[in-house]
Amino acid sequence: MNKPLMDRYKTFDFVRKPVKPGELDVSHKTILYLEDVSVSFDGFKALNNLSLYIDNGELRCLIGPNGAGKTTLMDVITGKTKPDSGSVFFGQTIDLLEMDEPAIAQAGICRKFQKPSVFENLSVFENLELAMKADKGAWPALFARLNGEHRDRIEEVLTTIGLTEHSAQQAGILSHGQKQWLEIGMLLMQEPKVMLVDEPVAGMTHQEIDRTAELLLSLQGKHSIVVVEHDMEFVRSIARKVTVLHEGSVLTEGTMDEVQNDPRVIQVYLGD
Amino acid sequence: MKSLFLGSLFFSNDKTANVVLFSLIALIVLVPLCNAIFPSASALHFSAYTVSLLGKYLTFALLGLSLDLVWGYCGILALGHGAFFALGGYSMGMYLMRQIGERGVYGDPVLPDFMVFLDWKELPWYWYGFDQFWFALPMVFLAPGVLAFVFGWLAFRSRVTGVYLSIITQALTYALMLAFFRNEMGFGGNNGLTDFKDILGFNIQSEAVRVALFMISGLALIGAFLLSRWISCTKLGRVVTAVRDHEARVRFLGYRVEMFKLWIFVFAAMLAGLAGALYVPQVGIINPSEFSPLNSLEIVVWVAIGGRGTLYGAIIGAMLVNYGKTVLTGLLPEIWLFTLGATFVLVTVFMPNGLAGLLLKKREEMHT
Repeated sequence: MNKPLMDRYKTFDFVRKPVKPGELDVSHKTILYLEDVSVSFDGFKALNNLSLYIDNGELRCLIGPNGAGKTTLMDVITGKTKPDSGSVFFGQTIDLLEMDEPAIAQAGICRKFQKPSVFENLSVFENLELAMKADKGAWPALFARLNGEHRDRIEEVLTTIGLTEHSAQQAGILSHGQKQWLEIGMLLMQEPKVMLVDEPVAGMTHQEIDRTAELLLSLQGKHSIVVVEHDMEFVRSIARKVTVLHEGSVLTEGTMDEVQNDPRVIQVYLGD
Repeated sequence: MKSLFLGSLFFSNDKTANVVLFSLIALIVLVPLCNAIFPSASALHFSAYTVSLLGKYLTFALLGLSLDLVWGYCGILALGHGAFFALGGYSMGMYLMRQIGERGVYGDPVLPDFMVFLDWKELPWYWYGFDQFWFALPMVFLAPGVLAFVFGWLAFRSRVTGVYLSIITQALTYALMLAFFRNEMGFGGNNGLTDFKDILGFNIQSEAVRVALFMISGLALIGAFLLSRWISCTKLGRVVTAVRDHEARVRFLGYRVEMFKLWIFVFAAMLAGLAGALYVPQVGIINPSEFSPLNSLEIVVWVAIGGRGTLYGAIIGAMLVNYGKTVLTGLLPEIWLFTLGATFVLVTVFMPNGLAGLLLKKREEMHT
């Protein structure tokens, strides 16, 4: 029954604009497509037929109770976990399931870990230098030298994340909040198309949370940003659109007000 | 600009590193100088035995240094590093063996003694070319390098890490030991390769050759130290350190972690091969016991005692432990292994950063 010719939604290849394989195509305004993604660990369904679409340049917040599959979702997008079924596309053409972590990172999807993950034995400057978009092979790294343009780029990011004064300091002695910012800075150095930010304000003071909100808001438009966060106040302060995950699928999507007044969401968060 | 570069190559901000480097330079200048000035009867004249003993320590220091690159910088606890040392040693041994020629016990111009003894009629194909130094020298680097490449490629790509990797490196060297013990392998079996006569046409027993080998070992160590330090200051060095500290983060920055591990692993294996090649003419023998897992463990102990991730720590550790070994095995051979074991435990518990760490702490305390 399901013959392509009978399908009224079928677009034939010759109608499409030619796109070079491997080149990011966001002509349909969507940058990330996840369709019917399922992941199970020993029978436990971490993701259950999840479908999610992220628009180009959008700032999207993902919320949901513990175990809803938020981190697994990030693992699937960044190539750490291969789903049992479903498809994950970056733009129209790039199939992320065929790529490994470094390839996905080089294509422009960058990730901040839940626990701040910076290289503690390197200086703040060196952390950013390592993250910089460049040829990431071993031989090029041996002969890589920083030029003025690179230094300017690092300075620029240092200003953005407010760590200019700490440039020469070892990353290990930064405060918790500063480490979080440094890691966001490391994402920026990679000139990402998509930034996946896992719990950016966990363990931060109020002032730090406000600064982080400002930082993320200033980045939207230039990058597509997906933020996973538990802090509802923070989510409210940055979110245009919120997606609620529950038991591995999308429960609902909408503005913060819509979502918070949704009886299903209330039930999920507060129980019966 | 050029002089500035040379200055930064030789002087580092770490004073201990400078002290170690200039002590090494002094050592390789003073020993030959003393031997040239003072007559052989003088107390300041080093005997051929002492010179070779010091030369042996230098090759061990080079071996320790190479392990420090892999373990201290990249965080890979390789427990089979002695295999690369032994392969470099065998490459040199094969060259020295073929230099014996007709002077062997059986007087065969081509076949080494052990092959005549085994009643072999022809030289095995893998012994071809080893009569030429220009062929043997690259093999000193290639044999361990290729093994490290193949092994590392398989292990790192499958993301074998931690204790599992340590165990398979240990298994690798053990398997090689068993293989080299077999006479059919064509490497002299149990007895290995020995009874060397000449190197590059010079008598290997002569004092001049001993001193020359000692100096070359010292120069190789200094060269390897400077090269390794230079590498550790490049972006590659920083990525390698980053892999040690947070492998997943590096991968998500777009680096192929396995390639960096492989690069440093192969480089270190080649340095170990060079150390082995310099060791063999100075001790006059290479046999399969060099592959024994115990040897590889001992290298780890040197580096742990000297201090990981500093390069000079490995040099201090290797020299001190081996000096201790020479003294103690001379006085009380039974207690050497116990002493080594106890030192290792004590160092791990009380000085996790080894002697280098202790020195660094002392200096910081003096400043404050």
